[in-house]
Amino acid sequence: MVTQQIARPAAINTEHLLEPQWAEVTSITKEINDVSTYWLKFTDPAIQKAYTFEPGQFNMLYMPGFGESAISICSDSNDHSKIGHSVRFVGNVTNAIGRLKVGDVIGLRGPFGTYWPMKELEGKDVFISCGGIGLPPLRPAIYHILHNREKYGKVTLLYGARTPADLMYTNEFDDWRKANIDVQVTVDRGDSSWTGRVGVVPMWFYQFRFDSRKTAVLTCGPEIMIHFVIYEALARRIPLESIFVSMERNMKCGQGSCGHCQLGPYFICKDGPVFRFDAIQPFFNVEEF
Amino acid sequence: MPNDHKPEIGSTIVIQKETFNAILSRLKEKGYETIGPRVKNDTLIYAPIEQMDDLPRGYITEQDAARFHLKHTGHSRYFDAIPGAQSWKQFLFPPRAELFALRKVNNLWEASTPETKTPSYAFIGVRACELAAIQIQDNIFMRSDFNDPIYRARRERVFILTVDCMYPAGTCFCVSMETGPRVKAGFDLNLTELEDVFLLTVGSEIARDLLKGIPFELASAFLLRNADQGLERAASQMGRKLDISNLPDLILNNLDHPHWQEVGARCLSCTNCTQVCPTCFCWDATDEMSLDGKETHRERVWDSCFNPGYSYQAGGNTRPTIRSRYRQWLSHKLGTWKQQNGTLGCVGCGRCITWCPAEIDLTKEIPMLQEEAR
Repeated sequence: MVTQQIARPAAINTEHLLEPQWAEVTSITKEINDVSTYWLKFTDPAIQKAYTFEPGQFNMLYMPGFGESAISICSDSNDHSKIGHSVRFVGNVTNAIGRLKVGDVIGLRGPFGTYWPMKELEGKDVFISCGGIGLPPLRPAIYHILHNREKYGKVTLLYGARTPADLMYTNEFDDWRKANIDVQVTVDRGDSSWTGRVGVVPMWFYQFRFDSRKTAVLTCGPEIMIHFVIYEALARRIPLESIFVSMERNMKCGQGSCGHCQLGPYFICKDGPVFRFDAIQPFFNVEEF
Repeated sequence: MPNDHKPEIGSTIVIQKETFNAILSRLKEKGYETIGPRVKNDTLIYAPIEQMDDLPRGYITEQDAARFHLKHTGHSRYFDAIPGAQSWKQFLFPPRAELFALRKVNNLWEASTPETKTPSYAFIGVRACELAAIQIQDNIFMRSDFNDPIYRARRERVFILTVDCMYPAGTCFCVSMETGPRVKAGFDLNLTELEDVFLLTVGSEIARDLLKGIPFELASAFLLRNADQGLERAASQMGRKLDISNLPDLILNNLDHPHWQEVGARCLSCTNCTQVCPTCFCWDATDEMSLDGKETHRERVWDSCFNPGYSYQAGGNTRPTIRSRYRQWLSHKLGTWKQQNGTLGCVGCGRCITWCPAEIDLTKEIPMLQEEAR
């Protein structure tokens, strides 16, 4: 089963293929060495007003002359004044985004894709397990829980990064903890001042107690991490139907047309990125599929 | 029996072959660009045709794995030559289409869309497999939740004249894919070529109007029987066959099969099969920027799952080996396509076999999965 789909995206031009709307960079937050968050606002106030998204969805960001990149939305879906994108500078487009200054404009299409089933998760324990740049698409889910804390049971965030310097959004962890979210952090390699956990995300599952009947696992990160997170979750008798995965492939059009992001029968941009695990299980561990 | 009335939709009429020129000129009068098979540089292409003499009368094509030979045998029929590498895809889903241009003015980008007039094509000589391919692409580009404006504008204007295939080529297997050789539905006019007359079956109101005043008679039972016999003979002369009874499961249950490695070792990843395939729809978008960085043109171009960049993303290439790219192509075409669109993505036209320089033949690769799967 594929999770819900959005009814009608707000900033998508149906007359002219791929033509974006324009958004201004209103501020830039440097998160870690190679990741900054770009706060965007549509130049057309009417579009800004109409634009809504669900936690886990993404936009296509367009740098003229360079191309588009699919970037998940990392901001609060209740905040209609701005849209946040945490961008890691790795390729042509994202490095071009890295040269943007406040006041510059960028093309934007979206929102696209399925989202975390926040409604369906009400009353459940939520175990969020992510690594590296996998945290930004989950932050809107965390914000949603913060706004509706009473609707969810035990909420845990198990988050890993390569090194302590690669941990993102650390200044918000205290707020999250105050709202009774159990924030647990690990790094692949520590440094001289690090006193926390060292090791990849899945290896710490043994430290947590799961009520398999009422726990949902939400995961996003490198595919190899997702692989082992699911392995650990299944080992704790979490049903396939309670595991939600945000997948990554090369996305170009965002509308399930160009073909690039296919995973088996799915177009990840349209049928994903968020899948209930039972939907993708038959194709999940097929090498190079 | 000259007359001024119009044939009914669904009826089959008979016309003298030379009358077909009148139909072509009427299409042109109505503003259609008439496109049909033509001989050029020893091969067969789809290009504008003015009159019947432009059609490949007297030609046949001999086709086999990695082999295409256009041969003049001097017969008297116009529509016997099975097409070459080109398909109608290039007209509805152009290989290169400008999407928009941007100009930087005071730190903002001003968009302009190209003012191209959408062409109205009349396709002359669409075969049953090719019509099936167009219908498959309709499902891709004109979905309820996505509309490709370029495809739709062209598709809505097109006039489709189909032909029944009487002499299939060596790489044809439309019977296996249940798409031909008889054209079923979705045409404006369907043409069946007999030795000295054309039978025309009327499929739309537009076609009815087109035929107004053209001298015709209703086809006799004898001629219809003649056509049926020709099609039965054609169905029995398919050059290839493929058992699709256990597709897509056979492929989806054998994604780890060692045969993918074997075929991957022969495949050159040249993308020929995807470019000639009338249903392959993958596309990419590119930017062409001026040297001063102030202007850019965004284009939509055909892409292929055999291109290494196709599945490249931040974490690396999802399909770095030819084995995995070939498996992606075939497991999509004859597997996951069904779940996406309700049909398989292959119509049995045989182009991918004819135009593969490595002689890879999917009608031989699929049974390999079958043999060893037992």
